[in-house]
Amino acid sequence: MSKMVTKCDDKVIKNPKTPCLNFVHYALGLKELQGKEKENADYLLEVYRKRPKEGCTLVYLCKGTSCLSSGEATLKDKFDEILEKENLTGKVQIMETGCRGFCEMGPLVEIFPAKIFYCQVKPEDVERIVKETILEGKIIDDLLFEGLADPDEIPFYKKQVRRVLENSGLIDAENINEAVANNAYKGLQKALELRPEDVINEVKKSGLRGRGGGGFPTGRKWEITRANKSDVKYLICNADEGDPGAFMDRSILESDPHKLIEGMIIAAYAIGANYGYVYVRAEYPLAVQRLTLAIQQAKQAGLLGKNILNSGFDFDLEIVQGAGAFVCGEETALIASIEGKRGMPSVKPPYPAQKGLFGKPTNVNNVETFANVPLILRNGADWFKEVGTENSTGTKIFALTGKVKHTGLVEVPMGITIREIVFDIGGGMPEGKEFKAVQTGGPSGGCIPAEYLDLPIDYESLKGIGAMMGSGGLVVLDNETCMVNFAKFFLTFTQEESCGKCIPCREGTKRMLEILERITKGQGELEDINRLETLATVIKSTSACGLGMSAPNPVLSTLKYFKEEYLAHIEDKKCPAGSCKYFISYHILPTCRGCTLCARVCPVNAISGERKQVHVIDQDKCIKCGQCYEKCPWNCIAKG
Amino acid sequence: MDFIKKKKEVKVTIDKITGFVPEGSTILDAAKLLGVRIPTLCYDERLSISGACRLCSVEIKGNPNLVPACAYPVSDNMEVSTHSPKVMRSRKTIIELLLANHPQDCLICVRNGNCQLQDLAAEYGIREWRWLGEKRENPIDDSSVAIQRNPDKCILCGKCVKVCKEIQGVHALDFTKRGFNTVVLPAFNHPLSETVCILCGQCLLACPTAAITDKSYTKKVRTALEDPDIICTVQTAPAIRASIGEEFGMPAGSLLTGKLTTALKRVGFDLVFDTVFGADVAVMEEGHELIERIKNNGPFPMFTSCCPGWIKFMEHFYPEFIPNMSSCKSPQQITGALTKTYIAEKMNIDPEKIFNVSIMPCSAKKFEINRPEMMIDGKIKEIDAVLTTRELARLLRTYGINLPSLPKSDYDDPLGKTSGAGVIFGVTGGMMEAALRTVADVLSGKELKNIEYQPLRGYKGIKEGSVFIGDMELKFAVIHGLSNVRKILDKIKSGDLFYHFIEVMACPGGCVGGGGQPLTTDEEILKKRIAAIYQEDRAKPIRKAHDNPAIVQLYEEFLGEPMSPKSHIYLHTKYTPKTPKGI
Repeated sequence: MSKMVTKCDDKVIKNPKTPCLNFVHYALGLKELQGKEKENADYLLEVYRKRPKEGCTLVYLCKGTSCLSSGEATLKDKFDEILEKENLTGKVQIMETGCRGFCEMGPLVEIFPAKIFYCQVKPEDVERIVKETILEGKIIDDLLFEGLADPDEIPFYKKQVRRVLENSGLIDAENINEAVANNAYKGLQKALELRPEDVINEVKKSGLRGRGGGGFPTGRKWEITRANKSDVKYLICNADEGDPGAFMDRSILESDPHKLIEGMIIAAYAIGANYGYVYVRAEYPLAVQRLTLAIQQAKQAGLLGKNILNSGFDFDLEIVQGAGAFVCGEETALIASIEGKRGMPSVKPPYPAQKGLFGKPTNVNNVETFANVPLILRNGADWFKEVGTENSTGTKIFALTGKVKHTGLVEVPMGITIREIVFDIGGGMPEGKEFKAVQTGGPSGGCIPAEYLDLPIDYESLKGIGAMMGSGGLVVLDNETCMVNFAKFFLTFTQEESCGKCIPCREGTKRMLEILERITKGQGELEDINRLETLATVIKSTSACGLGMSAPNPVLSTLKYFKEEYLAHIEDKKCPAGSCKYFISYHILPTCRGCTLCARVCPVNAISGERKQVHVIDQDKCIKCGQCYEKCPWNCIAKG
Repeated sequence: MDFIKKKKEVKVTIDKITGFVPEGSTILDAAKLLGVRIPTLCYDERLSISGACRLCSVEIKGNPNLVPACAYPVSDNMEVSTHSPKVMRSRKTIIELLLANHPQDCLICVRNGNCQLQDLAAEYGIREWRWLGEKRENPIDDSSVAIQRNPDKCILCGKCVKVCKEIQGVHALDFTKRGFNTVVLPAFNHPLSETVCILCGQCLLACPTAAITDKSYTKKVRTALEDPDIICTVQTAPAIRASIGEEFGMPAGSLLTGKLTTALKRVGFDLVFDTVFGADVAVMEEGHELIERIKNNGPFPMFTSCCPGWIKFMEHFYPEFIPNMSSCKSPQQITGALTKTYIAEKMNIDPEKIFNVSIMPCSAKKFEINRPEMMIDGKIKEIDAVLTTRELARLLRTYGINLPSLPKSDYDDPLGKTSGAGVIFGVTGGMMEAALRTVADVLSGKELKNIEYQPLRGYKGIKEGSVFIGDMELKFAVIHGLSNVRKILDKIKSGDLFYHFIEVMACPGGCVGGGGQPLTTDEEILKKRIAAIYQEDRAKPIRKAHDNPAIVQLYEEFLGEPMSPKSHIYLHTKYTPKTPKGI
C-alpha cells in the first residue's frame, strides 16, 4: 500500500510533466494492457475516480487562486508533516486541485471516499482531521458548512448543475492522467470519428451559444469559418477575461485545462484549422502555468500535434499573453495584439471568419464556450439541451460577488432565476443588508433591480431589461450602494480602457464621466440627465466596437431603474445610499468618551481632543473616509 | 470581350436616389457614384480603412446601429440615409465632442480657413460649446527643423500614422496611451528630430487640423530682407510654379513661372534664380557619373540623390546602399553652392553677405541645408533658409502681393537660363528622363530627337523597364513612395532584381506632391501639377541640359568638366549611416 499512486509508473506522480503514455492510452481505450500493468492501471483509475480500495484515503486540497491566497500552501505542508509523523504517508494521498468554487469558505478540504467536505480549514485543524476523520472516521462538526458533510447537500452546490465544472476541484489540473481518468478527450475521440460537418451539426443542434457575452450560435460561427476557403485557418481562444469581478475563464484554466484544449481541438477539426492560439491575460499567472503544462502533456500524449489519435488531423496550440488591455477582449483587437500590433479593434466587415489573424479566416470563441464542446460531443446534443431554456440551452457559469453571503463560482442551468442564484446558492444578503440590484455583464452590462428577481436568466430576457449575459460576472448590490456612484465606477473603467480610436467612445465617455462626477459632487443640474441620455445614445449607435457600444449601459440602466437616485443627488443634494462622500459629513456626539481611537485611526489627523474629553472633527481636513465611524467602539460618531 | 467577367452590380438607394453600383463597393464609394456627399475625417482613399472618426456614419434601413460608410459594403436593395435625424444628431455630437477637446484658438491658428474641423463646425452649424470639460494637454514638439507637432490639436484620425507606415514605410508615429489620454507620438516619445522621421511632410499634408504643421522660417527671411547690408538671393524649385496658384484660388495645374519671379522681386529679393539651373548641372554630373559606372561596370544600381527624404531614409534603413548612391548634391544645394561661389565671384559679392533662400515644395529640404556636408569650405552654409510653397504664399499675402494678377518676368542670369530637362525634376521619373536625354547623346555620340521617355512617366508607384542606348540595354526603375522602395531594395539585396539606375523620390508623384506643397492628398490634383511641368518642358526651346548655353558657360568659366575636382569640392557630397532612436 505504501506507494499507492506511484504503482503504475514512478514518473507519473513525481513528475506529471511526463505523462505515462501507457496509462493515458489505456484510459482512452486506445491500448490494451496485460497482467500486472493492467492491474496497476485499473487501480490508478479507481484512485483518480475517487473510489480507492479500502484502507486508503484521498485528501483533496483546493489549490485555486482564492484558496491559495487564504493559506492552502501551509495546509499542504502541515498535512505532509502530520502524515509523516503518524506514519501514514502512502496510506493517505494528498491531491491538490483547481478551484472548487466555494471561494468564500476556503481553504477547502475534501476527503474521499467518505466524501466529507471541510471549510475554512486552518493549519491547526490538520492534526484533528488526520487523527479524527482519517484514522477514526469521525466527522468534525465545526469544520462543516452548517453541519453538512456531503458537499452536494450544501445549498451552494445543491442548485448548481456542474457540467463544465464537473472536474473542477476534483482533479489535479497539472496531471493529465487524472483528466483522462475522468472523461477528458472522450469527446474528441467521438468527434474524430465524425466528419467535420457532422461535428458542426451536432454543436448547432445543441444550441450552444457564445459564452463570452455575445450569445452568437457557436455552430453557426464554425460553419461560416469552415465555408471560407483558405490554405490556412486559425482558431483562437479568447481568455482575456477583463470584466471586473469575473473569473470564470481563469477558473476553468486553473482547474481543468484539458477541457479547453479538447474543445479547441474539436473546433479546429470542425472548421479546418491546424493552428490555434490561447490569448490569456498575463495577470493570470497560475492559469498560464497550468495551461502551458497541460498543452505540453497533451502533446506528449499525442493529443496535440501531428496526426492526433491516428486520425490524420494535425493541430497545434500556442499561448499568447495579453498586455493588460481590456479592449483586447474584443476579437479584432485581440487579433491585432497577437499579430504584435497595438490592440485596437478594426472595422467589421471583414469579420474574422473571413479575414482574421494574419489575414486568414479565423474563429474566435471564449474559454467557457470551448469547454462546453467536449460535453456535447461526449454526451450528445440532446443531453446538452436537457437543461436550459429553448433558446438558451445548457448551463452558464457565474462569478457571484458583491454583497452576498457566499461568493464564488457557480454553474447553473440557463433559465434559473436571479433569486435562486442570490438567495439559494449565494445564501442571500449579509446581516442587516437589503437587496437592491444585481449587475451582470460587467462594465458592458446593466443592473437588474429587485422587481426582476424572479426573471429567468437567459440571453434574451436579460437583453430585454437592458442588462446582458456578458461573460458571467454577477455583482450583488445592497441598499448602501449608490447607483450613480456605481455607474461612475464602471464608466471610469471603460473610459480608461477605451482604445482611444473612435471619437464617440474616447471623447463621449469622458464627458459622461465628467457629468457623473459633477452629480456625485452635488454640482449636477437637471439638464445633465438629458445630456447623459444624448451622449449615451450617440455612443451606443456610432462606436466602432463592443466596448464603446456597451459603455453607456451601466448609466442607461441605472437611469432606467434608479432615476430617483440621480434626482436626489441633483435636486435634493442628497445621496440616498449614503455613499457619495460629498453629501456626507461625520460629527462626534457629546456622548464621546475620549478614548482617542478615532483620532488615532484618522489618516489625515482631522480629529483632535484631550483624553477623556469629547473629540472634534475638523471638517476642512476631513476626507470622509469613514474610518472613525467604523472604528468608534461607543457609536459616538454620527454620519449625516 | 465576353471572357472578361463583368463585375456584378447591386441596387442601392441612398437618400432616395437609386442606382446600380459594383458589388463590394463601400457605401461611401456608392454615394460618390450617386453624387451624394458624406463627410469624412479619417478616410483617405490611399490608405487602409480604420473607421475611427465615425463621422461618415449613416443609417441603413432595418439596422438599429449606424454604420461607417467608409467601411461598410453595400448589398442588394440596401436603403441608406445619410442625413436622417439620427445620423444628423450623432454627427453633430461627434463634431461637438471633437471641438470640446480642441484648443479653440482658430483665429490665431496657422490652419485658420484651411481646416477640416473648422469646415465641419461651420457646415453643421455648431453654435455652442455643449460638452466642455477637461482637455488633453501635451507639449508641442518643435525639435524638428521642418515639422512641428502639436498633439493638442490632434483629433486622432490616425492618417499621419498610416501615411508614415503605409505610404512611406518609415513608421515614425503611432498611437500611445489609452482612452481620453490617447496620443500620437514618435517611439518612446523621443523628440521627432531624434527619430526615424525623414521629414517628408506627408503626415502634414494628410493632417486635417494644425496638429502637424510647418516649422516656419518666414520671419527669418523677412529679417534678412529688411537688412540693407545683406544681398538676398532666392531660387525656386521646379514644382513651385505648377502649384502655388492653388494657394491663390487658381485651378490646379496653373503654371505661374513668370509671375512667380515678379512676385519674388517685389518681395525684395536682389537676385531670383531657378533651381532648374542646378538640376541641369545635376544632369551633367549625375549623368557622367552613370556613364563612368557603365564604363567601369558598376557598382549598380546607381541611385539618384536629389531627394533629401530618400537620402535620410537610406541612411537610416539601408546604409548598405551608400556606395550605390550618386554622390551628386541636389539641385537646391548645387544652385546654392554656385550662388555663393560662381555668382559671388562673377559679381564680386562677399559670399558671407549673401542670404540665400530657396523656395521648395519639400519639408526635408529644411533638413538638407543643415547637413554638415552642405557647407562651402566647411564654413559658409550654401542655403540659409528654406520656405515651402505654403510659406511663400503666406509671405506674399502678408505683403499684399496678389500673384495671379502680376505681370511676368524672367529669372536672373546666369542661373536663370534653364533647359526642359531640369524642369521635369519636379515629377516622378523626371530626374531619370533628364539624365537619359544627356547620357544617351553622350554614349551614342548623336543628337537624339526622341527625348520623351514614356515608360518613365505616369503615376505608378514602381515603374520598371529598360532603354537601349546603342546596343546597351539600360535597366531602370523609377519609384515614388518609400514603402515601394522597401519592396525593391529588399529584392535587390536578395539578388532577385537587378537594375543599372534607380530614381527614387520620397513623395507620391515626386516633388509636385512634396510635403511643402499646398495642402492636398488628391491624386487628381497631383496629376494636374505633373501635366503643368511637362507642359513647361515642351514649351522650352532647349530641352537637354548639355545644350543649355549657360551650363556650357559654367563649365568653361568655373567647373572645367563634369566630375572635375572642382565639381567634387562644391557639387558632390557623401553619406553616413545613421542610427536614430526607436529604429
